[in-house]
Amino acid sequence: MRFPSLRHFLPVALLVLFVAAPLAAQDSTSRGVRIGLTYDPGSKPGVAVLPVTGATGDSVRAIVQRDFDYGDRVNPIVLDATAASEASRATGPNWPLLARLGAAAAVQITPTANGFHLAVYNVAKKQTALIRDYATSAAPQSRAWRAALHGISDDLEEAFTGVRGIAGTRIVFERGKRIWMVDSDGDGATPVSDVGTPMSPSWNPSGRTIAYSTLVPAGISVVDLSTGRSRTLVSGAGVYISPIVSPDGANVIYAHGVDAGVDLYTIPLSGGSPRRLSVGRGSDNVSPSFSPDGRRIVFMSGRAGHPEIYTMDADGTNVDLLTPLDIGERAYRASPDWSPDGRLVAFQSQMGGTFQVLTINLRDRSLRQLTSDGRNEDPSWAPDGRHLTFVSDRTGVKQLWVLDIETGRSRQLTRGAPGRVPAWSPRLSAE
Amino acid sequence: MIRRTAVLSLALLSVAALDGCRRKVVPAPTPVATNSTSNADSLAALRARQRADSIAAAERAAREAAAASDRRSAGEAAAVLSQKVYFDYDQDNLRDDARATLDAKVPILIANPSVTLAITGHTDERGTAEYNLALGQRRAAQVKRYLTTKGIEDARLSTQSLGDSQPAVQGTDESAYQQNRRAEFQVSGASALVAPRS
Repeated sequence: MRFPSLRHFLPVALLVLFVAAPLAAQDSTSRGVRIGLTYDPGSKPGVAVLPVTGATGDSVRAIVQRDFDYGDRVNPIVLDATAASEASRATGPNWPLLARLGAAAAVQITPTANGFHLAVYNVAKKQTALIRDYATSAAPQSRAWRAALHGISDDLEEAFTGVRGIAGTRIVFERGKRIWMVDSDGDGATPVSDVGTPMSPSWNPSGRTIAYSTLVPAGISVVDLSTGRSRTLVSGAGVYISPIVSPDGANVIYAHGVDAGVDLYTIPLSGGSPRRLSVGRGSDNVSPSFSPDGRRIVFMSGRAGHPEIYTMDADGTNVDLLTPLDIGERAYRASPDWSPDGRLVAFQSQMGGTFQVLTINLRDRSLRQLTSDGRNEDPSWAPDGRHLTFVSDRTGVKQLWVLDIETGRSRQLTRGAPGRVPAWSPRLSAE
Repeated sequence: MIRRTAVLSLALLSVAALDGCRRKVVPAPTPVATNSTSNADSLAALRARQRADSIAAAERAAREAAAASDRRSAGEAAAVLSQKVYFDYDQDNLRDDARATLDAKVPILIANPSVTLAITGHTDERGTAEYNLALGQRRAAQVKRYLTTKGIEDARLSTQSLGDSQPAVQGTDESAYQQNRRAEFQVSGASALVAPRS
């Protein structure tokens, strides 16, 4: 599952024309090619997206430039009209111009009958670094067509920086008693399910199904994103809350309670009998999140009299209090989400009469406050472990936002009616 | 009921007797010796009739009043059963006002053994959506626990939570929050409620 998005793209030709030592070797953790670029240490490589021909050219260029911008690892160098007209010559890229603009690389994408043709140029070396063809039959401007371009952006980010981008990922969330899905760039928001007052969607690691809870009737359901059909996994009296799918895709962990508190349960995703994991003794135990290796679960529990973050083994044993009790003016910590690299847990804490998003380092338990503007809650990690989506009311309406925890840069992801309980997808296969 | 039937029969007999007298009196212009007796008899019958009429009227009024009272009592009983209880912030314990509200439901539930209550816990919008669902469930369960300690059968009380998803009122001040931190009751299982007899 490491390299899913390539499956449907069928690279027709993959030709590395130039390989720079020592960064040239194929990165064994990546399916892509690492392109050694020359740029200042500590800065982001500047990348110019050259003008794209054809009716969809402007869209293609805008989407890829925006992907670079939102990815926060590549600095998209926007060419003004004059520069754009001079950036390409009959003989090839205008190397002096690109160098003057600060581009370490230039990207030329050309729509073809079968998809897209990609050429990447290394400006410092004045050479072609990569040529590749991407096949897609999706209609221009469709969600799948945009996904194909996001896949190119993510490949390029990986080639430039060694870390795959997140442009091709999506976020699910609740809005107006429906589950919605939106692309990581904020485009294409569409409802996924409206059955049973759904809440708390979460991704199957396969990226193909979404587990969610329903309030009326109370239960846990799973919707297949390709068919839109939902099936009920478990339901009954009381309340069902916050399902998640285990990293191996085998089980669903969720919170459930009737008359004696709310505890965490596990049930096979294929169906079966639930088994209780937590021993809450009448307290609330909700919002579980798996460690990437699937061996531990972080969750919120009210067992100490107020909501705090705890960890336990996946079988419910070895419970530890994670969050220290002396942060914020009131003890209320909730909504933990384990980072994909396993190092951090993001959560929300009551501070200054409202909620802020923080991370806690699992090694030394050091805390870092990530937000301060408005009420901020429900953090969920992007698969790159660097971006978080969360809910903020900083504009007056609860919307989803995206934060780059390295630069502190944030952007609004959703607009319109209020949204909440977002969950960021794993890396997705292209449609 | 037997007594009431007897009184009604007596009243009907008196009216029949009076009618007979009236027909006898009108065509007989000449008084006879027996007339005084006859007059005395008809006066007695009139009095009896008047008394019977007033009894019947009083009983009719009483019946109507009782029916109206029953209707009112049924309405009041339904209102008492569905009366909400309120909670403090992030709490599921029952305040005095909540206990009083629940205490008022107990005799009605006892007098109407077929009635069931669906208890739904709600929260204000502070706190997380997922925690609020758990908190709402805890509130509903606390209400159920209290009613069962007062003798209401477990099987007649179901619990669920809507968390903060269905606020009673919109708003972000304490007054709105207080109205939203509640348990609601849906009454079912009886076409007409009987008021408890004290």
